[in-house]
Amino acid sequence: MELYTFIEGIIVWLVGIVQYVLDVIGLHGLADWLGSDPVIMVLTYLGQALLIFIIGFLMCLTMIWQERKTLGRLMDRRGTRIGPLGYFQNFADGFKTFLKEIILPDKAWESGYNWAMIILIGSSVLLVGIIPLSSGFFLSSTPAGLLLLFAVFSLAPFAILIGGWASNNKYTLIGGMRSAGQLIAYEVPLLLSTVGVVLLAGSLAFGDIVAAQDTIWFAIPQIIGFIVFMIAMNAEVERIPFDLPEAEAELVEGWGTEYGGIRFGLIMFAEYLRGYAGAAIAAILFLGGWNGPFLPPEIWLIIKVFIIFFVFIWIRGSHFRVRTDQILNLGWKWLMPLAMINLVIAVVLKSLGWF
Amino acid sequence: MAEMWVNMGPQHPFNHGLWNLRVLMDGETIRYAEPVLGYLHRGWEKSMENRTYPQIIPLSDRLCYGSSMSWSHLYCLTIEELMDIEVPERAEYIRVIMLELQRIISHLLWMMAFGTDMGNLTVMLYVVRERELFLDLMQSVTGARMTYNFPRIGGVRNDLPPDFERDCMRVLDHYQNKLDDIEKLCDGSKIFMMRTEDLGIVKPRDAVNMGLTGPNLRASNVDVDLRRDDPYSVYEEFDYEVCTHDACDTYARYRVRMDEMRESCDIVRQAFEKIPDGPVRAKAPRNAPKRSAVARVEDPRGEGMMYVVGDGTDKPYRLSVRSPVFVYVSAANHMLKGHKIADVPAIMGSIDMCLGEVDR
Repeated sequence: MELYTFIEGIIVWLVGIVQYVLDVIGLHGLADWLGSDPVIMVLTYLGQALLIFIIGFLMCLTMIWQERKTLGRLMDRRGTRIGPLGYFQNFADGFKTFLKEIILPDKAWESGYNWAMIILIGSSVLLVGIIPLSSGFFLSSTPAGLLLLFAVFSLAPFAILIGGWASNNKYTLIGGMRSAGQLIAYEVPLLLSTVGVVLLAGSLAFGDIVAAQDTIWFAIPQIIGFIVFMIAMNAEVERIPFDLPEAEAELVEGWGTEYGGIRFGLIMFAEYLRGYAGAAIAAILFLGGWNGPFLPPEIWLIIKVFIIFFVFIWIRGSHFRVRTDQILNLGWKWLMPLAMINLVIAVVLKSLGWF
Repeated sequence: MAEMWVNMGPQHPFNHGLWNLRVLMDGETIRYAEPVLGYLHRGWEKSMENRTYPQIIPLSDRLCYGSSMSWSHLYCLTIEELMDIEVPERAEYIRVIMLELQRIISHLLWMMAFGTDMGNLTVMLYVVRERELFLDLMQSVTGARMTYNFPRIGGVRNDLPPDFERDCMRVLDHYQNKLDDIEKLCDGSKIFMMRTEDLGIVKPRDAVNMGLTGPNLRASNVDVDLRRDDPYSVYEEFDYEVCTHDACDTYARYRVRMDEMRESCDIVRQAFEKIPDGPVRAKAPRNAPKRSAVARVEDPRGEGMMYVVGDGTDKPYRLSVRSPVFVYVSAANHMLKGHKIADVPAIMGSIDMCLGEVDR
């Protein structure tokens, strides 16, 4: 069953109850208006959006927990301890950020300082709305879903640049500039590595891409593309070894140095939302998306997301941070040619008629 | 782009201790670097003039939190020189054992900070885990984990506890395996090599001119080790290698310290084979004669030196400290110029700073 019809049923049922109450009171006009098709449609979309957001939020909390627990084990310590298996540590930390004073730095550019946050968090939440969990479980399904997703993905560096500039601090300024520099390094190979998949699937829509992987996952014919994609995605979501904009050893907290309290909490939240989106897109493009036996497709996608995120955590636990010029070298001299080779492989496979 | 000054410190994640590195940057490239010291100045040397000789021992521990044993040992060595005291042989061996354990602890502390500077917390936690075992060893002998107050003028405070040799051997065996793991984590990482090789190069000639000592000097391929070249205590008795490296860069400094930890393990093993029985402490006079004395040792960070002037009373007339880090922090500009700001933690982390002894 599609998510839309499911939510619509719930909304119609709820509206029916409200209509009954309104009828009893005597507001017949309002009851009729509520029952009209456009209102039901708007309410359904709102309900859908709420559900998707809650799922994204829970995924985000679970991934933070997964990261802290796994990283703890990799480092030979226990990780979080509050609650069953330490799951509620994130809630405690999140509530703590709510209690902090909201500070605006002296001489900061106020509107830039605040709008950077809004763009960052807005674009990150939008990512969750674009990603489908299965062929029926989605908020939006455009024919060019992949393009839309990467367009939204690359909004965040602009927010970081604005925030870094607006904070009126040298560390944040350098962090923001690094974010822009990093964008140049990884964005091109990232998109190029996905072109092969698009070519093989013959479509930009997530549903078609996953359907095309019914027989074989694209990670197997497109193994080079998969590796390039994983490296570039690591840079896209700004995790070690590519967390240059917030390199805490030399830039204190990078571009986010001046963001405290709940703003810091929301930055972290947005970061993990992007991590979730990155892992989900890797699963959809290369690991067969929601295809899988026995379990429901949504569960399969979430399992794959956790597996890919585990790889991200593993990389974080075992690597050092690269330098600004080194990531540019890596992006242009290694990832880009590899992505090109991958594209050639895709073209050959397609012209041989294997896909 | 216009050049701008950035203050890295006195409160900054990369400086381990209170100091300030002012960096003139052009974009991300460093044009000039200027260390600013003095945030931790406690008037140590002056306040020592109002204390009796034994009272200074626990205070000389506080010169460096990373390797307090080597500084209190240096102080005792200087006063023994001043008072002309013969130290019992067993005490000398105990001192060597403790000093080499202290060297390992100090280098592990450095490795821990270096890991976080390079952006990897796993190294830090692995290293701290091994350091804990050595701290336990020190605790079993001295009762303290960081500032030991263990050497005395004319010997050491107490003998080794009964099972110390067995415990120590177990820890060393375990530790040498774990050191291989840590090395694999670093040397096996391509990114680690990218971040350390050809970085912060100090040629042998520059290194000598700028007063680099200890592991940093040996990493610049100058074969100097005071334990061998100007032996104190019983270091002549042992057979060990002085580790040098000819790359002269940040990686060489890392390599030399890792090798030195292995050599220290060897020295401790040899010391346990040769250690004689006997008393651990000689009588020391209360008042010092009217003359001066100087002693120098191979501190884990470089060449530590103390100069003392006695005036016939039970308090020193003047006690002066030569801190290795204070001298070689002035090489910051030479090492940093032309590199990126991201290299500051890697380069300055690799020279192993301890601000307690710098500012005194």
